[in-house]
Amino acid sequence: MMENGFSSPRSEAFPAGLRVLVVDDDPTWLKILEKMLKKCSYEVTTCGLARDALNLLRERKDGYDIVISDVNMPDMDGFKLLEHVGLEMDLPVIMMSVDGETSRVMKGVQHGACDYLLKPIRMKELRNIWQHVFRKKILEVRDIESLEGIETIQMSRNLSDLSDDGQLLCGDDVVSLKKRKDVEKKHDDKEVAENSSAKKARVVWSVDLHQKFVRAVNQIGFDKVGPKKILDLMNVPRLTRENVASHLQKYRLYLSRLQKENDIKSSVGVIKHSESPIRDAAGSIGIQNMINMQHNDVPKNTYGFLCHAKIVQSVNPRGSEFDRKGIGSIPASESKHTQTIDGTELCKPRSSQKEFGHFLKPWEPGVNLAACDRTFMSRGSWCAIPEIQMKQEHNPSCLDDGLKELPIPGQRLQMKADFIQQALPIDSGICTKERDVSGTETTKPLYEHRSNVSHVSKLGFTVNSSLLQAKTCIESNQAIGSISANPPSGKKSEFNLGCMTKLEPVPKDIKWGACLTSLDNDYKRNANLVSSSDSGINSSQSQTSAFMPNYMDNEPISSQAPSMKNQGFNLNCFADLESSQRCVDWGAPLFGASSDDLQVSWIQDDCYAMNLGLQNIDFSEYRDPALIGEVPVHLYDALKFDHVNSSDPTEYCVIDQSLFIA
Amino acid sequence: MERNHFHRQLALTRQSLFDQGFLDEQFIQLEELQDDANPNFVEEVVTLYYRDSARLIHNIEQELEKSNLDFNKLDSYMHQFKGSSSSIGAKKVKAECSLFREYCRTGNGEGCMRSFQQLKKEYSTLKKKLEAYFQVEQVGQVHPPHSKLKSFVV
Repeated sequence: MMENGFSSPRSEAFPAGLRVLVVDDDPTWLKILEKMLKKCSYEVTTCGLARDALNLLRERKDGYDIVISDVNMPDMDGFKLLEHVGLEMDLPVIMMSVDGETSRVMKGVQHGACDYLLKPIRMKELRNIWQHVFRKKILEVRDIESLEGIETIQMSRNLSDLSDDGQLLCGDDVVSLKKRKDVEKKHDDKEVAENSSAKKARVVWSVDLHQKFVRAVNQIGFDKVGPKKILDLMNVPRLTRENVASHLQKYRLYLSRLQKENDIKSSVGVIKHSESPIRDAAGSIGIQNMINMQHNDVPKNTYGFLCHAKIVQSVNPRGSEFDRKGIGSIPASESKHTQTIDGTELCKPRSSQKEFGHFLKPWEPGVNLAACDRTFMSRGSWCAIPEIQMKQEHNPSCLDDGLKELPIPGQRLQMKADFIQQALPIDSGICTKERDVSGTETTKPLYEHRSNVSHVSKLGFTVNSSLLQAKTCIESNQAIGSISANPPSGKKSEFNLGCMTKLEPVPKDIKWGACLTSLDNDYKRNANLVSSSDSGINSSQSQTSAFMPNYMDNEPISSQAPSMKNQGFNLNCFADLESSQRCVDWGAPLFGASSDDLQVSWIQDDCYAMNLGLQNIDFSEYRDPALIGEVPVHLYDALKFDHVNSSDPTEYCVIDQSLFIA
Repeated sequence: MERNHFHRQLALTRQSLFDQGFLDEQFIQLEELQDDANPNFVEEVVTLYYRDSARLIHNIEQELEKSNLDFNKLDSYMHQFKGSSSSIGAKKVKAECSLFREYCRTGNGEGCMRSFQQLKKEYSTLKKKLEAYFQVEQVGQVHPPHSKLKSFVV
């Protein structure tokens, strides 16, 4: 029995009007659930058969917001349906059953269920299902951002390999890039180590791994792709089908988003960077390159993706490790790894703004990303925000394709911009996502910022940028409802999740922190960043925020410097130059030479893993103390950080755990 | 007043269903769902339940008649039945279902048979009681046109 529940976007305030599809072979329950959901002011469609449900979903891809399904059904196993929905439509799915056995519940979670309800179901349980829709949106943006980040890094990595010359586009700025090799190596090792750790170790989608994945997908043919096929082709030990399935889902999202963004015209977005004095440590840190870019349009994130994707395909994978440096520093030639992340700009356009024109220009045939220069700002207002400017060498053979794909020359800059933003968190991604829309020009600057931010996040900068964005978002009122779910530090200023435009515009009280964390698709990432911030970044800070699991409303990881923590991710922090120091800090680690950064970015993969229920990624896993230790030493020895926090692996662990609260 | 007496009786009857363990909170949930849009919601649901579960009972009976009992299948049927019974709050019936599943788990055919007999008894007892209850409720509904059904619910 089916009722037509299709509807146009809700006009009422969220969550009223939430479009729910209920699947249950028991007609009695179907009737009851329908009534209950209607009482919640949701729009209900009922279905007695899983097949019918799938048909309905396929017919109308955007017709539903959430699916509630029974586990035991005659024609199809509920878990299978769950998988299908997750893969094809990527909607949140809630499982139901009269059986509450732990193993069953676990299975549900492993297959990607966002919740598991026991029958008899109470009204109050149904009233809250909207949170899953909300959360998913947030994460989606984040995931896409991270995916972009991965791709970006990969691209840069490839590009770097192609050219040893790490010139900066920006004449005045001195950019130095860290040597990638060791970082990569470390990362590789780590990856291997991680892969071979406990069964349930979380899968980190390193650049390399992702590249394998993409290759497999392309080999199979995007239309015919399926997790099993990909898994077989990839031939990675300890990688499970679920890992691949979840990653594929995100990848699809990412691609579709790229698609959309492709159509959006975007001019070169310039990220404003506040200038910050760069302390140039002997050797290890280049001059911080703070370029203030005027953000015109938000370069689409897709740009990064497109290019990246292309490149990935055409270029041999560099190495397994995720080269943080890669993110920020495309040209590998630089021996210095400094990435300057300028995260303040968005929030604070204050510093002098320089057009980051040259960044944009080269875009054309090659992606010229300014070399990333990582510097930490120790200056008062400016946190040492490493600014990463990616410089991409143009490699005709591989870039061309990528370039073609780039819709906007300026996109590339985005990458840079990303770097610029301190820890541009995924938030930007989120924002951008929403933006998705055409018209970046028309969108407020926020968008642009956002996109920038997202780029940054792609690079692995997270949080910070999001913070910035968030801020901008708020201003532009893009936001989505307050991400009250995760007020990470609780003190964040409002964060506008621009991306959630679908939701009723939310009041400004979105907490930044929340945004950040939630936007931060990858807590881990942040965590990593944080941890890697041996460089003196307030890792703890960032960590805290980083770790704020999306889902957690939690309290900031108080294990770290509490005040700082929140600060780090606090947009306020960013917005405030003074506090930016703190914020910036963690940006630095991101691009620090340490491979930790890499890890960080990959952490987001953890997020993916999370979907699969592979929780408990032990953060400490990623946080290879050795790595952490290493990084700072060579990377930041010359840097002076106002807040020097050595990442404490233990802390991470703590955070880690907290991450998995959800 | 007669009407009051009637209502009181109805309320008592209803309460006894709970007190005697025939029904649990789920039934109350159903009552709460009943509104002007669906004035006979509870009754409709119960009717639906009995209609659908009859099919399940029949399947189980057939399975039990086989010489070689397929416990997995039996368990599966019973799982469904239990789920269904939980929808109306049929407490005793549910308890019997769990017991049956335990027997299935241990491969105790005899236990399954016994348990099933008991289950059927509970099932029909509840059915009769609910039928009677609804009938009286209807009467009450008819009588005082301005009194809502809810008033019967204590």
